[in-house]
Amino acid sequence: MALKCPCLTENCSCCIQVFGACVEFSNVLALDDVSFAIPQGVLTGVVGPNGGGKSTLFNALVGLQPVAHGTILINGSPPGNSNGEVSYVPQTDRINWRFPLSVRDVVSLGQSGKGTLLHNLGFKTDSIIEESLRKVDMWNTRDDLVSTLSGGQRQRTFIARALTQEADILILDEAFSGVDISSQEGVLSVLRSLRDEGKTILMATHDLNTLSDRFDEVLCINRHICAHGRPETVFTKDVLTELYGSHGGMFAGHQIGRHGHVD
Amino acid sequence: MWIDLIIEPFQYKFMTRALIVCVLVGVMCPFLGAHVINREMGFMGDALAHAVMPGMVAAYAVGFSPLIGAVPTGIAVALIIGYMVKKSNISSDTSIGILFTGLFALGLVLLSLIGGTGINVEDILLGQVMSTSTMDVYMTIGLTALVLGLMLIFYKQMVFIGFDFEGATVAGIPASKIDYLLLVLLSVVIVVTLQVVGIILVVGMLITPASTSTLITRRFSTVIYVGILFGIVSAVVGLYISYYFNLPSGPSIALTSTIMFTLAFAKKWRTA
Repeated sequence: MALKCPCLTENCSCCIQVFGACVEFSNVLALDDVSFAIPQGVLTGVVGPNGGGKSTLFNALVGLQPVAHGTILINGSPPGNSNGEVSYVPQTDRINWRFPLSVRDVVSLGQSGKGTLLHNLGFKTDSIIEESLRKVDMWNTRDDLVSTLSGGQRQRTFIARALTQEADILILDEAFSGVDISSQEGVLSVLRSLRDEGKTILMATHDLNTLSDRFDEVLCINRHICAHGRPETVFTKDVLTELYGSHGGMFAGHQIGRHGHVD
Repeated sequence: MWIDLIIEPFQYKFMTRALIVCVLVGVMCPFLGAHVINREMGFMGDALAHAVMPGMVAAYAVGFSPLIGAVPTGIAVALIIGYMVKKSNISSDTSIGILFTGLFALGLVLLSLIGGTGINVEDILLGQVMSTSTMDVYMTIGLTALVLGLMLIFYKQMVFIGFDFEGATVAGIPASKIDYLLLVLLSVVIVVTLQVVGIILVVGMLITPASTSTLITRRFSTVIYVGILFGIVSAVVGLYISYYFNLPSGPSIALTSTIMFTLAFAKKWRTA
């Protein structure tokens, strides 16, 4: 029997479908009966407390973490069988920055296993590499070592790698840790233009302030899905309490310079 | 005359054979070494070198070239170490340490048991490239072609997993298999290099020329090209030093490579 998409609409365009997924680490449920669906061409922010299962969810979506129960479908097939249609940017501390690669080297990794020996050795540059570098505005810094880049430039480099890989789903874990606000905007404008081209993007974030300006949809997770929908509608007091405990109320009406305290 | 000094050693066939092996080792070591230094696998390289000892001794004992015994042993040990590092709960340096000291000890015990068959333990530990046989040279050429071919074919995949293992896995690269392949090729390079510098100094050949190159270049691919240059120069210069000053070849080559590193380091330190 075919599973009915968690979005509950007929003939939907969901490319990420999660049905009752559970992930267990030594008898503790990191993800508990998680179900949701993400339509194609949507930029989704994933929020939740530390230890709330954001990274576990991402690892499960890309096939690095098997689920104990439930089913995950990416473009209709189980995760981990992707032939490059999913590109994953791990948290920055999972990357070996010691490796002396230039921006262009990293972006060309998206073409691993494709092209001829000359491409493989870097003697030939595919037009897609130049195109990707220009799209994320890193063409002029293409010969810089990635270890010397700022956080925002690193993220744009990884996005270009995903483009070179011709991925249509991008999953970014904590892409904004250590990235200053103005650079965050640069990364976001790149992500938005990719969204407009039909790419599906999932990104973990801690910043609740700017969710409604930045994302089409928000997925709130604290071991289970607390809310999922348009940012301006999902943040009820109940959801915040569920996400961040009784202090969650402090985030309600949170704006720069005003922290929601009621005097 | 200069030219005579350069040509003179090669009136001896054994020197020609030694030179061929030295050049090939000089090419292969930095190619793998660039991965080794950027992935902190130096200890693993050292362990692989020590762990092939029983295979070498066994081959000696039955009258074969030690190379013939060392290649399969090296590959087997590489796969076991790779499996232990990935699957064991013990930390990787501990499990590698236990495995290689055990195998090295086994090799020494075997050597002692079959003693008196004309094996020079110093040759095993420090290398003796001047005693390389014609068969060894052919095997070295074959193994070099194999290693370089596979390293070139899987170049990008190996860089990808070294830089971002998880991202590579998600992109559809069989990251674990490629990791095992790198280990197996590393063990082959180590075994071939054993002829030149012996068990104790192998890790020097593996990491020193590549590290010297890292001091003066930036990009990974350039580290490899320039490292190969340093590898060849140290192997060949060391061989001449060994010939003219009647010094053991292994230490001469390893020392030449260390001196080159020191010079590059001093230059960088002065200009910094």
